[in-house]
Amino acid sequence: MSTSVRQPINSDSVTLDARGLKCPMPIVRTAQKIKDLSSGQLLEVLATDPGAVADFAAWSRATGNEIVSQSTDDGVYRFVIRHR
Amino acid sequence: MDEQPLSIVLFSGTDDRLNAAAVMVAGAAALGRPVHVFLQYWGLEAFRAGRLTEPRPLAPEAGSDGARAVAHLQQAGQQHWSETLRQAKEIGEVDIQACSLSMDLLRLEQADLDPLVDGVEGVAAFYVSAADGQLMFI
Repeated sequence: MSTSVRQPINSDSVTLDARGLKCPMPIVRTAQKIKDLSSGQLLEVLATDPGAVADFAAWSRATGNEIVSQSTDDGVYRFVIRHR
Repeated sequence: MDEQPLSIVLFSGTDDRLNAAAVMVAGAAALGRPVHVFLQYWGLEAFRAGRLTEPRPLAPEAGSDGARAVAHLQQAGQQHWSETLRQAKEIGEVDIQACSLSMDLLRLEQADLDPLVDGVEGVAAFYVSAADGQLMFI
């Protein structure tokens, strides 16, 4: 398990663990979660769905929520998204 | 921001096609697109109140290998199509309407349908809500 799971990005950030969820649930849960955040707040999402990289890029373009960083660690994709 | 509506005619009542439709609905809702679903024939029959999670057959092309693959995906944690639709409705503008002709065919009243179904309408109302957006038939 990656250390990012336990260590928040900053005190204001929220983490969504979407590992194991099948398409399109990582995006659906992200869209659900981001509604609870305020503008500018960061959301960290962990996902294992093989379509996640393409899907999060498309979702970010369509909704205007910016992906500020992304990485892969042992089959787990990690996205940090800034709420628009 | 893409807000073109997506309209889906859901005709089929097999488990795999209901799942495919739910995935298309939820994905569009996550992108902020309004979604209109028009339930016809066996697609409507699948939305009877209290019977959403009944076991349903697969499309004929599935075969026995396909049935095993679908069962495996469900064991691996794929959620039920009705739950996917419920979550799609939570995050976006998803309107599910029963086709009035199919209501007659199946001898149903709206009270016989699951609350996921928002109402009953005819094909003209469906086309008007579809406007210039994409339309798919499942």
